[in-house]
Amino acid sequence: MQPTILAATTAPAVAASTNAADDAVHSFGRRRRVQLVVALVIFVLAALSPLVVQNAYLRNVIVLTLMYAALSQAWNILGGYCGQISLGHALYFGVGAYATSKLYVGFNLLPWFGMLGGGLMAAALAVVLGYGCFRLKGHYFSIATIVIAEMGLLIVHNWEWLGGASGIQWPFGEDSWATLQFARDKTPYIHFAVGLLALTWFICWLIEDSRWGYWWRAVKDNPEAAESLGVTVLSSKLAAAAISAFLTAVGGGFYAAFVSYVDPDSVLQFRFSLLIVLPVVLGGIGTLWGPMLGAVILIPLTELSRSYMGGSGSGLDLMIYGGLVMAVALLKPEGLVRLWPLRQGRRKEVAP
Amino acid sequence: MTASALMQILASGLLMGLIYGMVAVGLSLIFGLMDVVNFAHGEFMMLAMYATFGCFVFFHIDPVLALPLVAAVMFIFGASVYVGVVRHALRVKVNAGMVQIFATFGLATLIQGAAQFFFTPDYRNIGDNGWLGGKTLELGGLFLPLPQVFGAVVSLIAFGGLYLLMKHSDFGRALEATREDKGAVALVGIDSNRVFALGWGMGAALVGVAGAVLSTFYYIHPQVGAAFGTIAYITVALGGFGSVFGAFAAGIVVGLVEALTAVVLPPAMKSMGIYVLYLAIIFLRPQGLFGRL
Repeated sequence: MQPTILAATTAPAVAASTNAADDAVHSFGRRRRVQLVVALVIFVLAALSPLVVQNAYLRNVIVLTLMYAALSQAWNILGGYCGQISLGHALYFGVGAYATSKLYVGFNLLPWFGMLGGGLMAAALAVVLGYGCFRLKGHYFSIATIVIAEMGLLIVHNWEWLGGASGIQWPFGEDSWATLQFARDKTPYIHFAVGLLALTWFICWLIEDSRWGYWWRAVKDNPEAAESLGVTVLSSKLAAAAISAFLTAVGGGFYAAFVSYVDPDSVLQFRFSLLIVLPVVLGGIGTLWGPMLGAVILIPLTELSRSYMGGSGSGLDLMIYGGLVMAVALLKPEGLVRLWPLRQGRRKEVAP
Repeated sequence: MTASALMQILASGLLMGLIYGMVAVGLSLIFGLMDVVNFAHGEFMMLAMYATFGCFVFFHIDPVLALPLVAAVMFIFGASVYVGVVRHALRVKVNAGMVQIFATFGLATLIQGAAQFFFTPDYRNIGDNGWLGGKTLELGGLFLPLPQVFGAVVSLIAFGGLYLLMKHSDFGRALEATREDKGAVALVGIDSNRVFALGWGMGAALVGVAGAVLSTFYYIHPQVGAAFGTIAYITVALGGFGSVFGAFAAGIVVGLVEALTAVVLPPAMKSMGIYVLYLAIIFLRPQGLFGRL
């Protein structure tokens, strides 16, 4: 009796499970398409925002918000998907800013090439440093990134060729897309920043469903198990670090063009590492939407508190950052994106 | 360079190194106990420096006398940080490793911002107004600044006391047992939460003593903790994470390397030597001199 009953019950069960698998594949594909459409709508709206926002100060805030969203998304590639918490990304940001400035001011090379060159330099640096640091696990790695970024700050501070402590001032020129200089209307900067954010977001979107994406998440969850399944852990981490550093440096080059000026304290300080990490921690580490959500909350908040509470010297902005990070880490470690429950999760509860 | 000049440099490097050891040992103690890095370690020290400064300005208590008081206050502060923040961070199941980093990292940022907000970013110092300030001690032809000598002596006493405590007291044995196996100590009736809280208290008290000593000759400002925090990480990485006496030896090495770097490079670059030393460690011997990885 027993076997027949078993056979009778397993057959539909198998059918049901393949149906469920099909369903899952379909809903996964649909979810990916929805993500693309939602992102497209967000980017178009952001690009059109100057039509509504006329105030120059608010346009500045929009540029910074988009830039930090992009930088945070770039950090997310290494920190979120691959699980290597870097607290020294200011180093790559600074490499991009300085390479772009030096190549433009010293060698008359357009910032577009400077950004590309700075990105490649940062990626190469990330590979070299990663080669040494990726043997360190967890907090050992984070500490190494802090110390190395401090080292970069110290070197640039004392490097006369790069302007030492006083930095590099960009010359005044006509407004043009070639030199990325727009003195009067900041709208083109919004468009560039949207482009940068769209690029980093799209790379993350591609990564989520690529072999690298699965590898990185496997490395993050359990490096030993990943290794045993044939993932080459070190080169995996190096690739993540290189892509992340490249995009961060491009962001740094953009920032230098935006403020037309670069000096060690304004691009290489620990504060920048902090500002790159915070949005993603707040929004959700290792998520597609976390960095954007975090930046939209954090950057306007700190910019407004800065201008209404009297300068960044007051320390109020640091108190806001610190308090928020602690609160989110302890109360909502998945990040604020998880305040919206996952679609799949809900469906699973209904299914049986 | 003459031999006596070199001796002078080595002597001041040694004194500073003993103080660095004391700055770093609390970090190593906490790490060894529970595998958690306190990213707010430098900020703890900064708070202790302000506390010493406050005692001096408002109550006219000299840093030498304020030292035990500051240590006691920092002990309570450290234990409260464990109970209020770290204990909760350890309970989190999602993203556990990151939560531990960002909980204390957020705390560091918060403390630094609060210091800037309430104490202003101004540089303050006790300097020559204190008992020790500006005085030097002549010892066999070497001129040693009295505040640094005092710091080195306090450091030796602190490490000696720590050694006795770890080897010859019930608390030390409980500490050692907890770091070996948290589950097993619960079976013999040791409350690991209490040991952790005491460990955080001790770690904070030690860095508090270092802060009180440093405030006799160093400038006090909201970012001072960040600078010493970096030195503490390097010292602990060199000595081996979790090794209390590795921190002692590594502190001396760091002090000497820093002093010798200042001979070769301009003074603004004096940290370069210990940064290079740090890179050499993580590339060649990531477990440090005395540590296990």
